Amino acid sequence: MHQGKTNALTIKTPEGILFSLLLAGPITRSLAWVIDGLCIIAISSIVGMALGILGVVSRDLAWGASILAYFVISVGYGIMMEWYWRGQTLGKRLFRLRVMDEQGLHLEFSQIVIRNLLRFVDSLPAFYVVGGLACLGSRRAQRLGDFAANTIVVWNPKVPEPNLNQLLADKYNSFRDYPHLAARLRQRVSPQEAGIALQALLRRDELNPEARIELFREIVSHFRSVVAFPEEGVDGLSGEQYVRNVVDVLFRRHDTKQGRPR
Amino acid sequence: MIIDLQKFILEERPYWAELEGNLDKLEKEPELRMTLEQVKQFHYLYQRTSADLAKIMTFSSEPEIRRYLESLVGRAYGEIHETRDKPHRLCPLHWFFRTFPQTFRRHIRAFCLSLAIMLVGCTFGGLAICFDPDAKEVIMPFPHLRIDPSERVADEETADEDRLHGVKTAFSTYLMTHNIKVAIFLLALGMTWGIGTMILLFSNGVMLGAVTLDYVLAGETKFLVGWLLPHGAVELPACLLAAQAGLVLASALIGWGEPISLKIRLRKISGDIVTLIFGVAILLGWAGFVEAFLSQYHQPVISYEAKIGFGIVELILLVLFLAKSGAHKSGTEVQGPD
Repeated sequence: MHQGKTNALTIKTPEGILFSLLLAGPITRSLAWVIDGLCIIAISSIVGMALGILGVVSRDLAWGASILAYFVISVGYGIMMEWYWRGQTLGKRLFRLRVMDEQGLHLEFSQIVIRNLLRFVDSLPAFYVVGGLACLGSRRAQRLGDFAANTIVVWNPKVPEPNLNQLLADKYNSFRDYPHLAARLRQRVSPQEAGIALQALLRRDELNPEARIELFREIVSHFRSVVAFPEEGVDGLSGEQYVRNVVDVLFRRHDTKQGRPR
Repeated sequence: MIIDLQKFILEERPYWAELEGNLDKLEKEPELRMTLEQVKQFHYLYQRTSADLAKIMTFSSEPEIRRYLESLVGRAYGEIHETRDKPHRLCPLHWFFRTFPQTFRRHIRAFCLSLAIMLVGCTFGGLAICFDPDAKEVIMPFPHLRIDPSERVADEETADEDRLHGVKTAFSTYLMTHNIKVAIFLLALGMTWGIGTMILLFSNGVMLGAVTLDYVLAGETKFLVGWLLPHGAVELPACLLAAQAGLVLASALIGWGEPISLKIRLRKISGDIVTLIFGVAILLGWAGFVEAFLSQYHQPVISYEAKIGFGIVELILLVLFLAKSGAHKSGTEVQGPD
């Protein structure tokens, strides 16, 4: 089964738990950087206009203050934002990216400063060519600044709490009339196969009609080969209903006396 | 075996929601400090969610719940297992007068190497001007340096009007920001195993050596010292400090004679690099100010003796600061973080 995690960093905690962090690729990071670039321009323009008031006193002073302000904003924007927002700038926040310590720990201020100052090399010769190539070549999608600072940029997609209403509805399941076959199904089906059936149900609305029919037909064909229910038990069931019954048997334990799920 | 997913979710969901709420709060309020009871509860929630993740990975292949729990555990892990010291309260004076010079002294060998490379560059630049005056066109970075030194001195000393009138502050901030950018490059090029840092340092040395010898050969040594020393007494050491930071980074990358992993070596020097580059930025801020407001004015506006005297005092103070400030009376230095 395709896990969708071809670019992930796996961390093992002292408790022996493994978890994965999705690494952000150069394209998403570039888009976030464009947003941050626009932010820097906007902030600099606003500050520049505000400093223009100093022009009443001295044009030289206003000009000098603007040069200094632009420099401080362009270098300090990433540092301050990532420090205050714990690894995020506005662009990163919009794209759900976050800078993290390579071991999943807290970011230290020195790590943030180093990764931001080393942009000077990563951005060479133009448009982050060095950083982009380093990112593509790195196992952990790190540009040089990330490498020196021991940081990674992870992508935290919005992970909603799972909604299993499709499965939890108390509909009649003809497969439960054959408890010995249902038990055999639970015994023979692997967690991966069960996951495919569950995902097919959860994501069925994302498929176009033809693909949806074809997919469920293939899944039904597979489960028929694992356990064959009698014809009267499957008569009139559509592919989706068949898979729903299979998932219901696999994921829900029923009180056999009352025939109700527990 | 497949777990009863419905029951599992119904039972565990409140704990996940509580952990998620705590994490959101911690992320939104970086200053938040939990009480002991809150910490205990947070730890309990983390352990329970970790156990749920282990269970779901063992008994079910349901990827949606797994991703959700991984995201929770991943976020909580960073909060629970962070053992490094929290940063102390910011004390700028303590940092500048103790931490910065101590850090400089801890990596004195990298500084000496920077100085040596720059001196070799100066020698090369000087020799190039000596033996091939035409090289001036190639070596000198700015047009005003390419003209005959005596001609320039005459122009400067007879100038009726202030060339920087009305742009002194802007010129000063331009110099500050430009020099700080060069310093950051010197640091960042340490990532090329120090080769980039050394090349940039050497090329700056070549320019400095060429300019120096050009003026010395033209008999304008006094003008040269009066022109360069007031700001150069701080600017050049600051550039050497930036190169020192770059070489420290390079040395961590190379890791000669250090039987520890690259990651740990980089972690060990990260604080020192940041200290050095922030110190350099402060020094270059001062140098930019002096260069715009003092160095560009010559006799008869300001006597060369006064400018040279000012530069010498600055240099002595800087050497004393870097050599002595924050030093323990016993002569032992505070070690860097492990």
